[in-house]
Amino acid sequence: MTRSHNPATIRCMNNSAGNQRLGRGQWPVAVLPLALMMGGCITVKAPDKPIVIELNINIKQEVIYRLAADAAQTIDKNSEIF
Amino acid sequence: MARNLINARFGTSLAAMAALALLGANPAFAERDPAYAAAREAGQVGERVDGYLGYVGPASPALRAVVEDINIKRKAVYAQKAQANNATLEEYALTSGCVLIMQTKPGEKYQGPDGSWQTRTAAAPLRDSRCP
Repeated sequence: MTRSHNPATIRCMNNSAGNQRLGRGQWPVAVLPLALMMGGCITVKAPDKPIVIELNINIKQEVIYRLAADAAQTIDKNSEIF
Repeated sequence: MARNLINARFGTSLAAMAALALLGANPAFAERDPAYAAAREAGQVGERVDGYLGYVGPASPALRAVVEDINIKRKAVYAQKAQANNATLEEYALTSGCVLIMQTKPGEKYQGPDGSWQTRTAAAPLRDSRCP
């Protein structure tokens, strides 16, 4: 989730850069938020794509080490589904 | 006793041996479903990093049914064991994934840390850096 914010930010910045190219003085201040809304900010869809592995990043190594022996035993005892 | 019995059966013919391998005659272990065992051997399914089975390529509805069934059963076991160990389902499942990937045999498929499917070789598998 955190990572996905970055592309959105970059696109917003790109849009505002584009606005500047058209001439900063000619654009009323009130139009700027509208331009930002109509720009990349809304159409960015990157966060919709789930990254499965990302979910596991919060799991700490020490937890895995603590559970490893028990997990191995569980797998042995239920070998028909592993 | 069991070994003698198996040896005696193996001595009969190659066909009997093949039948035993398919039906699962080893009494020491509960055997895998034959369809699952075959798919696993053929590299159609592999061990995912998260502790569940995944499809390496397109899977038939029959294979899907088998794999989904196994994954549901795995999840139930993980949930029960996670609770007993004061861990979350995901923690226990991921830990199991570490173990299961390590236990794959050469030729079997497993998911690497980047999510890509790998074929197990004689060398150690590519695993998450947190795996023990």
